[in-house]
Amino acid sequence: MSRPEHTAPPEIFYNETEASKYTNNSRIVSIQNEMSYRALELLALPEGEPAFVLDIGCGSGLSGEVLDEEGHFWVGLDISDSMLEVAKEREVDGDLFLQDIGQGLGYRPGTFDGAISISVLQWLCNADKTVNNPRARLKRFFSTLYSALARGARAIFQFYPENPDQIEMIISSAMRAGFTGGLVVDFPNSAKAKKYYLCLFAGFKDNAGSSPALPKALGEGDETPGHITYGSNRIRERRKGKEQRKPVKDKNWVLRKKELNRTRGKEVPADSKYTARKRKIKF
Amino acid sequence: MRLITHNMLQCHAKGCDPSQSYPLELKEVQLESLDAEYSEDFIRRLIPKLDWNVLVHTAFALGVAELPKELPDVQDEAFLRKVHQVALETRVKEAQMVCNGCGHVYPIKDGVPNMLLQDNEV
Repeated sequence: MSRPEHTAPPEIFYNETEASKYTNNSRIVSIQNEMSYRALELLALPEGEPAFVLDIGCGSGLSGEVLDEEGHFWVGLDISDSMLEVAKEREVDGDLFLQDIGQGLGYRPGTFDGAISISVLQWLCNADKTVNNPRARLKRFFSTLYSALARGARAIFQFYPENPDQIEMIISSAMRAGFTGGLVVDFPNSAKAKKYYLCLFAGFKDNAGSSPALPKALGEGDETPGHITYGSNRIRERRKGKEQRKPVKDKNWVLRKKELNRTRGKEVPADSKYTARKRKIKF
Repeated sequence: MRLITHNMLQCHAKGCDPSQSYPLELKEVQLESLDAEYSEDFIRRLIPKLDWNVLVHTAFALGVAELPKELPDVQDEAFLRKVHQVALETRVKEAQMVCNGCGHVYPIKDGVPNMLLQDNEV
């Protein structure tokens, strides 16, 4: 499939026709829903407590509806007017903002208990105007996001990286802004179901020493039967003891060789009790 | 935009004085009210996050409700319901949000604030 971010900037690509797909196309809706639920699962908000969540690139509010269902209050940002129009028609509960996330977010420190973003980050990697520098925009976005999140909050980004360089650029920008965490790849062996989730942690709530572990990806490890595990260490055969080692050229071998050379008429020393004996070690 | 979000929002233009960038002043306001599910737990956790003075001032200026100037020590249900009504059930439909630091005007149209900046403000 062609990459939409190569065709036009997001505020132009997501026009009315494109935006209407996000309500009328059941396949798009179901995929968006699935990814939103997975992102929410990775967000690991406390069970049963309504939270204040930021939805970055909320679009028509499909991911917002998932947040509504879970009882969270949310704020959604998007750069496309048409997508926000669709969201308004759907009467989503969250607050909508027309915003370019590459210009940074303006929220007071510690505002949000978490942030999710579905299929957005790859848009930031493109320079649509000469003044847009992807690295600078990523840096501004991540640093303002970091301060807008409460300590210990998480931010989950589902995105479609174009190449490994993009992944590297995005992760290094996030780490420089102060986030910890990393990439979770669901179904890494499947071409279609493979999904990238960037899981970022904004500081630590309780104990600075114990950094939260990266969530486990789906569809890898024990779940797939018959797979090969690659360990970091090669298993070496245990060395045998000295007494177990048998020299190849033992006394019989030497005697046989001498006998052979005698039959060939060569000059061979006589056999004695010293034949094929190890010499004393002398320094 | 609900008032809870206004309470969190500040100007993000480059070079804007951080001491002046919060709160954004609301002008030419049209309000509407909406229903939101009341969650005592959420409101209790929300109150320490709010800038109380700003919320009191905004609610008073917009004529939504009169909140106590100081945060009361005993927070009964009537008080929490009032905070809920102000923060989550009051929505700004049309307005001009003005930053006192750099003077940038963020227009709010049909409940959606336009937070886009010019290239020289980034």
